[in-house]
Amino acid sequence: MTTLTDPPQESFRLSMLLNDTRYRSYTFQFIALILIIAFFSWLINNAINNPTLQSNGVGFGFLWTSAGYDINQQPIPFNSQDTHLRASVVGVMNTLIVAFLGCITATILGVIAGVLRLSNNWIVARLMSIYVEAFRNVPVLIWILIIFSIMTVSLPGPRAFRGDDPQSSMLFDAIAFTNRGVYVPKPLYEAGSLAVFITFILSIAAIFFYRRYATKLLYDTGRLLPVFWPSIAMFFVPTLLVFFVLGRPIGLEYPELRGFNFQGGIQVRGSLIALWLALAIYTGAFIAENVRAGIQAISKGQTEAAASLGLRPNRIMNLVILPQALRVIIPPLISQYLNLTKNSSLAIAVGYMDVTGTLGGITLNQTGRALECILLLMLFYLTISLAISGVMNVYNNSVKLKER
Amino acid sequence: MKKSIFLGTLTVAGLLAGAAAATTLEDIKARGTLNCGVNTGLVGFAAPDANNNWQGFDIDLCKAVAAAVLGDADAVNYVPLTGKTRFTALAAGEIDMLSRNTTWTFSRDNDLKFEFVGINYYDGQGFLVPKDLGVTSAKDLDQATVCIQTGTTTELNLADFFRSNGISYEPVPIETNAEAIQQYLAGACDTYTTDASGLAATRATFEDPSAHVVLPEIVSKEPLGPLVRHGDNEWGDIVRWTLNALISAEELGITSANVAELAGGTDNPEINRMLGNEGGLGEMIGLSPDWAKNAIAAVGNYGEIFERHIGENTPIGLARGLNAQWTDGGLMYSPPFR
Repeated sequence: MTTLTDPPQESFRLSMLLNDTRYRSYTFQFIALILIIAFFSWLINNAINNPTLQSNGVGFGFLWTSAGYDINQQPIPFNSQDTHLRASVVGVMNTLIVAFLGCITATILGVIAGVLRLSNNWIVARLMSIYVEAFRNVPVLIWILIIFSIMTVSLPGPRAFRGDDPQSSMLFDAIAFTNRGVYVPKPLYEAGSLAVFITFILSIAAIFFYRRYATKLLYDTGRLLPVFWPSIAMFFVPTLLVFFVLGRPIGLEYPELRGFNFQGGIQVRGSLIALWLALAIYTGAFIAENVRAGIQAISKGQTEAAASLGLRPNRIMNLVILPQALRVIIPPLISQYLNLTKNSSLAIAVGYMDVTGTLGGITLNQTGRALECILLLMLFYLTISLAISGVMNVYNNSVKLKER
Repeated sequence: MKKSIFLGTLTVAGLLAGAAAATTLEDIKARGTLNCGVNTGLVGFAAPDANNNWQGFDIDLCKAVAAAVLGDADAVNYVPLTGKTRFTALAAGEIDMLSRNTTWTFSRDNDLKFEFVGINYYDGQGFLVPKDLGVTSAKDLDQATVCIQTGTTTELNLADFFRSNGISYEPVPIETNAEAIQQYLAGACDTYTTDASGLAATRATFEDPSAHVVLPEIVSKEPLGPLVRHGDNEWGDIVRWTLNALISAEELGITSANVAELAGGTDNPEINRMLGNEGGLGEMIGLSPDWAKNAIAAVGNYGEIFERHIGENTPIGLARGLNAQWTDGGLMYSPPFR
């Protein structure tokens, strides 16, 4: 039998800071802290002593002065007499527009490509591999420029639509593809259009409740109601009925060539299309890999078990695999959304006026307030990134594995 | 041992601090080259030739300053800058001077804290359109799509011009001249607007220049000139007087061909002062006595530079117009060398 005694307590010696593993990490952390503090105080000191900064001072008064330049894509009305602040807000909205469109398109592309990449069909799987590898491994700036150049060079200018025997004509007499963008008809709302809208929203709600009822009936009594065709009918019939009964209150304003450009309708500018498509296709390739990883993380046994219950491959994917795969897919998906939003700052390459183009570009250049503009830009991108991760984290919490 | 490292570090730190405090002129002499900010590519003004050597009207000013300061016109490090990056580069000290068809304006001088040392080209903003567009006046451009280089005064002039004429337009902001040409030639914009000299230079590079016209309206004053940072007046003076020497040389009949001969001494006291035979002007400006002679010998006088790069016998074909000597009815007027 042995007795254990505590080793004698050594008193603390200075050399233990280096030799003793209990203290060594503290030593290095302390040194690192000092170095970081020194680095940042050097940076700040440098900024304070900067002659340009000393003579100009730091101030945000310039935001309330007249901008003096025009912006082509204006979600809110803007003219050259409005303030730099309003120009920045227009830029922010343009950034959000392209980020929103891009995220949605990238997700759709990514999920389709990710699932198809695991297809048993050799050609489909290879095609998707080519898509992923080609787009993932070329910088997104190059893709933006490629798409923009292709649009500029291959699509006709508005002048090609002119004359009795024009070189180009509009699709269905309604949509014009030009190298300045795509012009689509714009809805015109007249009296009674509200009733159509309300009917439409009500029928969407009805579809939702009908499907809930059908599921409940299935679980309670085992009776299977038809779902697909009734949903389609409910989606179209009431709205169209009201639309024609009220005498077609929603009209379309068609784009039409007047003067130098198409007038009327909605112009989706070439710069927006190029940026949107490039960001969506590029980020979609990354999302495809996330989706593939998520699906492959679910063990094959799940598929086989579902198949032995008699489920069809389509339902296995929708009911068994994807809900579980989402837990793996969502966290990297968040960072893809953040990447897309931040990559949208490459907009200036094609002259899309996002916030980097207005606040960080023309405003910065015309006022010379580099420090202030860049600080505001950093603040904006930080806020928007945190907001996106906040929203996505809420969603992630709702789909993640609930442990009890 | 440790002590010597410590002392060594201190010495290096001290040297660095000393270098940072030195004047621009001392920095350039220590470096042996002049950092000159130029256009990313505008034929006639600043563009690399087939052998990748920079050539042009603005380039020659860089060469003249390098020749005056260092005695070697080739000791220039050209830094191509876009309209957006040029001022940051100058303010941050990446370049010693900016010679990039930059318009002298009140706010750039006072708010951005730069010192415009003179005007080497009196310009104005114009519009380039394809002939078959059927436009004869800029006022006909209502609702047109306009390509414009972002970060320039032209951007602001354009907004002012269309607003004061009560017509609307759609701006397409572009980063560089090359991109603007691509958009314009593809018909993605109806017109391209920038300084009239730049339009002439751009048009000269087209496959069929005669299919395009510069509209008669000149919508702004664009005095283009070299600039330096605020705060180093001696350096500003050197660039200013190098430019003045080139202008005076034309007035006094000094050319790259006869400068060596005239430097031997003449009957004209102003020529003697300028070329370093009288008056000790070089010492006053902190350079060698033959600084102006070196500059003129390297690139020629103002008229020679103009004719070589953008004059009527070049593809760009600009007339002297406002840029003739004051004795010929132009605006080029150098203060006296006295």
